[in-house]
Amino acid sequence: MTAPLLQLRGIVKQFPGCLANDHVDLTIGQHQIHALLGENGAGKSTLVKIIYGVMKPDEGEIIWQGQPVVIQNPAHARRLGIGMVFQHLSLFEALTVADNIALGLNDAKDRIGLRERIIDVSKSYGLPVDPDRTVHDLSVGERQRIEIVRCLLQNPKLLIMDEPTSVLTPQEAETLFVTLRRLASEGCSILYISHKLEEVRALCEESTIMRLGKVVAHVKPKEKTARELAGIMISAELKPVADRRPPPETGKVRLSVDKLTLRAPSEFGTALKDISFQVRGGEVLGIAGIAGNGQGELMDALSGEMPAGRPETITLDDVAAGHMGPYQRRKLGGCFVPEERNGHGAVTTMSLAENAFLSAHLRGALVKLGLIDRNKTQDFAEKVIARFDVRTTGSKAMAKSLSGGNLQKFLVGREVMLEPSVLVVSQPTWGVDAGAAAAIHEAVLALAASGAAVVVISQDLDEIFSLADRIAVIAAGHLSEPVKVGEASLEKIGLLMGGVKAEQHHGETSHA
Amino acid sequence: MIELLVNLIVSVMAAATPLLLAATGELIVEKVAVLNLGVEGMMLMGAIAGFAVAHETGQLWLALLAAIAAGMTLSFLFAVLTLTLQANQTATGLALTIFGRGFSALVGAGYVGIAAPTLPKIHLPVLSDLPFFGATLFSYDPLIYLALILLAATAYFLTRTHAGLILRAVGDQHDAAHVLGYRVIRIRYLAVLFGGAMAGLAGAYMSLSYTPLWAQDMIAGRGWVALALVTFAAWRPFWLLIGAWLFGGIMYLSLYVQGLGVPVPSAMLSALPYVGTVVVLVLISRDHRRIRLHRPAMLGRPFQATN
Amino acid sequence: MLRLQPRQSPSAFWSWASPILALVLTAVIAGGIFAFMGRPPVLTVYTFLISPLFAPNGIASLAVKAAPLIMMGVGLSLAYRANVWNIGTEGQFTVGAIFAGWLALSLPDAPMWVIFPAEMAFGILGGVLYALIVAWLRTRFNANEILTSLMLAYIAQYLLIYLVTGPLRDPMGFGFPQTALFSDAADGPRLIENTNLHFGILAAPIVAAGAWLMLGHSVLGFQLRVLGQAPRAAKFAGFSENRLVWLAMAISGGLAGLAGMFEVTGTQGQLSTNISPGYGFTAIIVGFLGRLNPAGVVPAGLLLALTYLGGDAAQINLGLSNAITGIFQGILLFCLLGADVLISNRLLWRRRGVAGGRA
Repeated sequence: MTAPLLQLRGIVKQFPGCLANDHVDLTIGQHQIHALLGENGAGKSTLVKIIYGVMKPDEGEIIWQGQPVVIQNPAHARRLGIGMVFQHLSLFEALTVADNIALGLNDAKDRIGLRERIIDVSKSYGLPVDPDRTVHDLSVGERQRIEIVRCLLQNPKLLIMDEPTSVLTPQEAETLFVTLRRLASEGCSILYISHKLEEVRALCEESTIMRLGKVVAHVKPKEKTARELAGIMISAELKPVADRRPPPETGKVRLSVDKLTLRAPSEFGTALKDISFQVRGGEVLGIAGIAGNGQGELMDALSGEMPAGRPETITLDDVAAGHMGPYQRRKLGGCFVPEERNGHGAVTTMSLAENAFLSAHLRGALVKLGLIDRNKTQDFAEKVIARFDVRTTGSKAMAKSLSGGNLQKFLVGREVMLEPSVLVVSQPTWGVDAGAAAAIHEAVLALAASGAAVVVISQDLDEIFSLADRIAVIAAGHLSEPVKVGEASLEKIGLLMGGVKAEQHHGETSHA
Repeated sequence: MIELLVNLIVSVMAAATPLLLAATGELIVEKVAVLNLGVEGMMLMGAIAGFAVAHETGQLWLALLAAIAAGMTLSFLFAVLTLTLQANQTATGLALTIFGRGFSALVGAGYVGIAAPTLPKIHLPVLSDLPFFGATLFSYDPLIYLALILLAATAYFLTRTHAGLILRAVGDQHDAAHVLGYRVIRIRYLAVLFGGAMAGLAGAYMSLSYTPLWAQDMIAGRGWVALALVTFAAWRPFWLLIGAWLFGGIMYLSLYVQGLGVPVPSAMLSALPYVGTVVVLVLISRDHRRIRLHRPAMLGRPFQATN
Repeated sequence: MLRLQPRQSPSAFWSWASPILALVLTAVIAGGIFAFMGRPPVLTVYTFLISPLFAPNGIASLAVKAAPLIMMGVGLSLAYRANVWNIGTEGQFTVGAIFAGWLALSLPDAPMWVIFPAEMAFGILGGVLYALIVAWLRTRFNANEILTSLMLAYIAQYLLIYLVTGPLRDPMGFGFPQTALFSDAADGPRLIENTNLHFGILAAPIVAAGAWLMLGHSVLGFQLRVLGQAPRAAKFAGFSENRLVWLAMAISGGLAGLAGMFEVTGTQGQLSTNISPGYGFTAIIVGFLGRLNPAGVVPAGLLLALTYLGGDAAQINLGLSNAITGIFQGILLFCLLGADVLISNRLLWRRRGVAGGRA
């Protein structure tokens, strides 16, 4: 038996206030697709950054093909034969595909005849990329292909994939799996990082499961059910999602969007094209879609950060509000939770009390004679903290001192406490641990139950299916006709996410 | 008439040179997404260092080296504060200017109103021997040629070399450059030092050639104009040259018209280059889609590696 | 090896201790430079920083120099908090002085209760109008306010030169570039008879107190702070960026104009080409040293005022150029920016070689 490709022994990495990796062991065999499973914050990303030489471990040993090594930097890792496809962060938007790939190649000789070699590799693996295009024009799926091609050009022995499918449609993910299986069969091991259990079961032979910085199990994923894997992976006790109440058909329409069309705010943005939908009181509308298909723009249009010209475009409780800014829309009962917590939903360098004041001062009546009513503001923040179980030292704590999940609970709580008639939330549980996610879901459903109209924009299909009464899909700035959750299949939604037009799609569904 | 035109070209080239030198340096700095507002201060330091060394030693090449060293010293201070200690770039740039003004005024107090050797003119063989205007049109002092050569080299470096590609990558996405293994901070240090050297050289040109004298505050806002030029050019070297000639032209015009003795108050004419800068900035900035397209995405944003 | 480790939350202690550390460091570095220049370092630093306080009328001179610095520093604190980088207050100061001076020269016989408030209003108006050019250029044309405000400062200086050498020149002034002296009424009231303690010395702390209340406790101040720290969040909350930019420019410009008015009426009594020894730039340091907090700006303004007096003292007593004022101010700002790293970071000594080793 040959030595394993990579062995990690007792890896420790300490960050201020957090032990990211606590004596982690990991063994990856030759030709193996190995899953690294864990929740957000379990320490997966830190571990792979150590393997790729971006960070150095405080303690522990890395053994590569039987030899102990100290991986100095990513260039060194690449020379050893380790390639990595990042979840985000590693492409240069203003540069061409060929330039991006050249930047990942260390030796000048590797860059000779690069364009031809890019085309060769992309053809032979069925990964179409055009070397002369600029990255900011490309879709997320295309960008991922660039990263994969970049790795393949160096004939890696180990390919690290960090949450590759979080940005893909189910169909694109299938194509990716075919490529990965082929790579493994040709002798390249793959370290596959994910928290999606079904795909890990479908793809990986071995898995290492991490929780709070420690390895808690090594298992063969195919021998376990998804539920069992989740039980090992998730630290908090998971409450089953509350039984679905019967979807309300009779509530009055509280949010209505009529032929919303908006120009793209910049070269890098997406234009919104003729979007129409209605949400009734008591109802949750889920909007699915792959990142960068107009979700941010739709959120800005609904919240009033990007007002639409025509007042009738957006109606809040029968008042035409399309021309209004966020301030007036809040007056009419709208509340919003944007996707980005840091610097958008919250000012990270301000206290929780000040962050409560940020969006609640109007509806919460926290202003007295043009001055901030400190006592009321603090009370309000404390109430949010108490009701939503936000783990913090108090309302004077700075927003950035909270973990992602706790800050998100605070931000969702801040808006829910204002008892809005319409709530729009974007990516409510992105980067949030399972316990906090459950609490947020519960709050959103409770708000709907109390009669508010709720819109949830999310890339996470599990989340959409568990929260929404009706589901619509946004793709390239178009919104599909919402369908009832009982009538929507994962496959159908996946096709819509991939931009398959509704008309073509209607033809298919009529057969079913 | 032709004589006038030749004079115009010669004067505009001369007026454009300090702007071009400083702006070429700042272009590289901004390409790695650092905003150093201290160009004015570094130019002043370069001007006094060059002048003082030229006066004391009579060695012009030594004077140029001293000017480069002075600009680099100040830019090194900037780099330590903003890149290593993560200080605010705007504030640190202003500090550079305030310090440069004070320091050059103190050192220069003893050099006001005296002469130093000035840069000799280089005569381009063949061309400067052309009849009529060859001698005026093709014999400049070496820094004018050097400025053009350095600009061309910079343009080549940025667009044609792998090192230039790395530089642009650092300015476009420093986190991505970091995970690919590039030393973001080190690359930024080098760029900032280059910017300082160029500003120092630009200052030396002012005190050793353009107005071969030392006077307090003699840069008179040219450092700020150079900063505006980089925006005007939308971070493209070729446009830097166009911009520098345009501003050189405005500066020459304000001097020339004053010389003609037209009945316009000279203070108003002296203000012309500054008015011109504002007007040009406004015209350029209106099109903010274009600016955003070319602007290094991380401009002014600090980078801190986690490791 | 010296290492920086980010703190969980910024240190309140260091945010106030850092200016003091910076001052100490500056004194040490300045002493080093003096020693290098062959001057006795301790005596020179003493002459520069301490002796002016004990000079006759030392405290009064300090107050006169500090008043404009405090007023402008307060305005800049508000603007910088909102990420509005007005660095051309020198220009707004000048235009405020021109407006007030022009009024004083136009109405030489007006009684004080008419002319003085009118001058104040004109000074503010001049500063506001000049600053709003910058706001307009930024909000309408997206032009960078750092460059435009600075260019406008140069333009204002030439405008002043034009006026005092042309239309407003004193016909009896032997051709000097200055206007006639203002009337006694136009010079405004004195806090103490026969001193140069003008009304601005009282106004500066009042302005600072008002700004402190506004920045920390009013909705408007909150909006400015949010805009500066997270512009996206300001948009999310529905605060209009353009409105806040106009406001920040108007306040900082208006206070600079008011400072200019007090300076020419209260201490100089006429317009000339040298109405400001670089107050506009120094006020930037005052703002940072005062932590962009109006309460901190008051002591910071006093300290920077001292550097002007110190420069004069060093010139008179030691024969040094008063340019050392600028050097001292520059070093102070460098040291402050460096020391500020301690607010959000801990300084650690760490030995190398832990990584990669087997325990």
